[in-house]
Amino acid sequence: MIKLTAPVDPEQIKKLRAGDIVSISGIIYTARDAAHKRLCELLARGEQLPIDVRNGIMYYVGPTPAKPGRAIGSAGPTSSYRMDPYTEPLLKQGLKVMIGKGSRSNEVKKLLCEYGAVYLSAIGGAAASISETIKKCEVVTYEDLGAEAIHRLEVQDFYAIVTYDSEGNDLLEQGVEKYRKI
Amino acid sequence: MRTINLSDVTSKVKEMFIDACENIPQNVLETIENACKAEESPLGKDVLGKIVENDLLARKEHLPICQDTGIAVVMLTIGSEVTFKGDIYEAVNEGVRQAYTEGYLRKSVVRHPLDRVNTRDNTPAIVHVKLTEGDVFRIDVAPKGGGSENMSAIRMLVPADGEAGIKKFILDTVLHASGKPCPPIILGIGIGGNFEKSAMMAKEALFREIDDESPDPIARRLEKEIREEVNKLGVGPMGFGGTETCLAVKVNVAPCHIASLPVAVNIQCHAARHKSCNL
Repeated sequence: MIKLTAPVDPEQIKKLRAGDIVSISGIIYTARDAAHKRLCELLARGEQLPIDVRNGIMYYVGPTPAKPGRAIGSAGPTSSYRMDPYTEPLLKQGLKVMIGKGSRSNEVKKLLCEYGAVYLSAIGGAAASISETIKKCEVVTYEDLGAEAIHRLEVQDFYAIVTYDSEGNDLLEQGVEKYRKI
Repeated sequence: MRTINLSDVTSKVKEMFIDACENIPQNVLETIENACKAEESPLGKDVLGKIVENDLLARKEHLPICQDTGIAVVMLTIGSEVTFKGDIYEAVNEGVRQAYTEGYLRKSVVRHPLDRVNTRDNTPAIVHVKLTEGDVFRIDVAPKGGGSENMSAIRMLVPADGEAGIKKFILDTVLHASGKPCPPIILGIGIGGNFEKSAMMAKEALFREIDDESPDPIARRLEKEIREEVNKLGVGPMGFGGTETCLAVKVNVAPCHIASLPVAVNIQCHAARHKSCNL
């Protein structure tokens, strides 16, 4: 288990390898399809982002509403490939880590190598357990998007698996190759 | 004639969606536990263990199993000897509205596929009505997540494609989906009918109990064979590689045109949430 603090140290991120298990503590931001679209439209117009993504971690999640007494509702990862078209502009702004689930495009794999960034998986469907590692949650912007708003999360010992590293290694491809029998 | 009170439909729909989102069916949980025991990949085993832990925590703390509490799918089976007064669709939608707004569930529905403005109460539900004999009034509900639904597919095969063509299409679909639909998955498969009928059968197949088997001998054999072959693909839990890719296959069949062999594959994630009741 490798401990990561967010925002991250870019040198530590470059050393991560596909298959490493990480435990993240610190501040991370959430965004899904609709928020990504808005962020990229801002950048295309030459405007500033409402959040500082430099050396940051973006978690692809749309949580359920928090029940009384809890920081956040259930908060597991969503499929990452839908954010592929929006990934490069954010990497250009200094984003270093993305967390989601499932495979992504070859284009994204190449971009990770180019920008020294990584893609992590959280466990899809383990949303209630994951919520226990989120200590604080507040909406930063795009409140009108509901669950798709950008949230600022304070996490402690958030479990994730390095899926694509900055050297082009792909844990999903390696894993399937190992167990495929037809 | 038996009269159904639509306010009972609303309150039942509300209760069932909250229940479905928080409480995994016991037979689904046991199937995941068995997959955890059988999984050969250490990472896959670890992932399945965490999924079981999550489902037990959700049950204990009354939390949604998954943040994607789905689009609300409702199947009504209505007998010819029951009657009701008013708008049955609105009664169902009111139940969905109350479940998602009062039950701390995520609102995941937009009013238009292109302007994408959230309806803020998870309505409208997708409602299917089936008419039957007798005085039955049955409600089946399933919150259906977007991740697995997006990986579903339909293909209009031809008779010459046969069983081999059907299997190839299903295996290609699962491999392409890889980790995205949150494997280990359940496959709902509709074979026959026509374009829309096959899709509907695939959805209905997912409403079947995880441990049942088809009464049709060919479909029953295919369920077993397809599951074995899918598990040889190596996709594994969450796509990290492994022996447990598919928890169950459900094949529903129907008569079809002499020129056609429609096949629909509806993918369900491991959180196979559904509830049913008779009013």
